[in-house]
Amino acid sequence: MSRNRRRKLQLFRVVVFILMGAFFLIPIGAMFEFSTRGTGLNSARTLSAWITIGQTPELVAAILVSLGLAAITSVAMLLLLVPTMVWVRLRVPNLSRAVEFLCLLPLTIPAIVLVAGLAPEYKWVSFYLSDSILTLAFAYLVLVLPYTYRALYAGLSAIDVKTLAEAARGLGAGWPTVMWRIIVPNMSGAILNAALLSVAVVLGEFTIANLLNYVNLQVEIAQLGRANAGVSIAVAVASLLFVFILLAILSFVGGPRSRSYSTRGAQ
Amino acid sequence: MTVAARSLVNTARRPSGGGRRFSMDWLGAVPFFGYVALFLLLPTLIVVIGAFFGPDGLTFSNLAGLNKGFIVSAFVNSVLLSAVSAMIGAVGGAILAYAVATGNRNGAFRRLVLSACGVLAQFGGVTLAFAFIAAIGPVGFVYVWLQQHGLDFYAGGIWLYQLKGLMLVYAYFQIPLMVLVFLPALDGIRPQWREATESLGGRTWHYWRYVAGPLLAPAFIGALLLLFANAFSAYATAAALINQGSIIASLQIANDLTSEVGLHQPGIASAEALVMVVLVAIVMVLYTVLQRRTARWLR
Repeated sequence: MSRNRRRKLQLFRVVVFILMGAFFLIPIGAMFEFSTRGTGLNSARTLSAWITIGQTPELVAAILVSLGLAAITSVAMLLLLVPTMVWVRLRVPNLSRAVEFLCLLPLTIPAIVLVAGLAPEYKWVSFYLSDSILTLAFAYLVLVLPYTYRALYAGLSAIDVKTLAEAARGLGAGWPTVMWRIIVPNMSGAILNAALLSVAVVLGEFTIANLLNYVNLQVEIAQLGRANAGVSIAVAVASLLFVFILLAILSFVGGPRSRSYSTRGAQ
Repeated sequence: MTVAARSLVNTARRPSGGGRRFSMDWLGAVPFFGYVALFLLLPTLIVVIGAFFGPDGLTFSNLAGLNKGFIVSAFVNSVLLSAVSAMIGAVGGAILAYAVATGNRNGAFRRLVLSACGVLAQFGGVTLAFAFIAAIGPVGFVYVWLQQHGLDFYAGGIWLYQLKGLMLVYAYFQIPLMVLVFLPALDGIRPQWREATESLGGRTWHYWRYVAGPLLAPAFIGALLLLFANAFSAYATAAALINQGSIIASLQIANDLTSEVGLHQPGIASAEALVMVVLVAIVMVLYTVLQRRTARWLR
C-alpha cells in the first residue's frame, strides 16, 4: 500500500475510533457520574449509592436470583446440548439440519411473542410445579440456544469426534466415559464460551421476566429506577462491566474464534 | 472409471444403526426435540392459534380488531423506528467495522472492541436506556452542561422519551450488532482484489464501485435486514424509556398482555404477536438467503 494511502487510512481509523469511542463511552461515563452524585448541586462525589446496593434487600435478592438463573441455565443448556450434538453428529447426521434450524429459530421469534405464548404455560408450571422464579430457566434455555449452539458447533467441528469416539469405544469405553473423559475435555474452550454467553444473556434478560411477573436483576433495576435512580444506575453499570469482563475473558481464553457471528440482541 | 476399478461384487453399504433393521438412534435426540417442542414450538403455536380464538371460539375478529388507529400507528411506528435505526446502525457499524477490520487481526485492541460490541449488542436494554437517561436526560450531565453553556435541546419538549429518543438509543445497540455481523464479510476481503484492480489501472473509486462494493452488498443488505428485525423485536429499551403510552408494537403487545382490555380480549395480544412474528420471519428469510449469497465469495 502506498504511503499516502496508509496515512489516510490511519487517520480515518483514529477519527472513527475517537468519535465512536466518545459516542459509546459518554453514556457509560454518565452512569458513573450519576451514581456518584452527592446531594445538593455542588457537593462532593460519593460512593453512597454503591454502598446502598448491599443494603437494599430487594436488589440483593434480585442479583442472587439472576446469578442463580444464569448458573442453572448454563448447566442445563450444556447437559441438553452437548450430548445431543455429539450424538447427532456421530449417530444421526441426518438430523443435524433439524437441530440447527431449531437452535436458530429463537432468533426469529421475538421474546415478546414467545412470552405471549409462554404465559398460559407458566400458569400451569407455577400451579403444578413451582412458582419460584427459577422456573424461568426453562424459557431462558430456549433463549440462549442460538448463541450457544454456534459456540458448541465451532468447538465440535474443530475436533475429529468420530475418530476419538471410535477409538475410545474400541478400547472398551462406554458412552458416558466417551462423553465425559474424551470429548468434553477436548471441547473445553467451546464449552466455556457457550457457558459465558448464556450467563451474559440471562443476566441481561428483561422481557420474559417482566411480562411473567417475576423479578430478576433487570426488572429490579427498572423498578428501582423510578424510586432511587442513583442506586439502580450503580447496579446497572456494575452489571454491564461484569458482563464485559466475562466476554473479554471469553475472547482471550475461549477456543477458536467463530467465523460467522450472527447474534441478536436480548432486548 | 475403468473396468478394473469397478468392484466385481456388489458390496452392501455399511448398515446404519449397528445393523438393526430399524435404527433406534434417533431416540438419543428425543430429549432435545421434546424440550424445544415444549418451550419453543408450543408457545409459538399457542400464539398462532390464540390469534384466531375469541371468547366464543374460532374467529377472525381478533385480526379484524387490529384495525384500530392506535394499533396500526404502533406498528407503523415500529416499522419506522426499525428502518431508521437499522440505517443508522448499518452505516455507522459498517464504518466502525471497516476501521476494526483494517487493524491487527489478533491484536488485543480488536478483541476488546469486539467484546464491547458483544456486550452492547446483546445485553440489557434497560441498562442502555438508563445510560442515556443518565447522559442526556433532563438531569443528565451532558444536558445540564450544555444548558449551562446556552444550548437547551429540550426546548421543544423532552424527545428522549419519544420516538426520536428511541431512534438514538437504539443506535447504541444497532451499531455494535452491525460490527459483529458485518466484520466477517470485511475480513473476507482479499488483498489480491485490490492488487488486481490496481494492476488493471483502477484506483480507489473503481475498487469500491466495481469490486468490493458489489461483493459486500449482499452482506451489507443482509446485515441491514437483521438490524431491522432486531429493532422490531426489541422491547426492554422502550419499556424502560417510555412510561406512558404504547407507541411501538412490542409495547402494545405487552400492554395487551397485562391490561384489563387484554384480559377481556385475550386474542388481541396474540393477533398482534402473530403479525409481528410474520413480519420478522419474512425479514429473517430474506436475511438467510442473502447470507448464502455472501458465503459464496466471502467465506
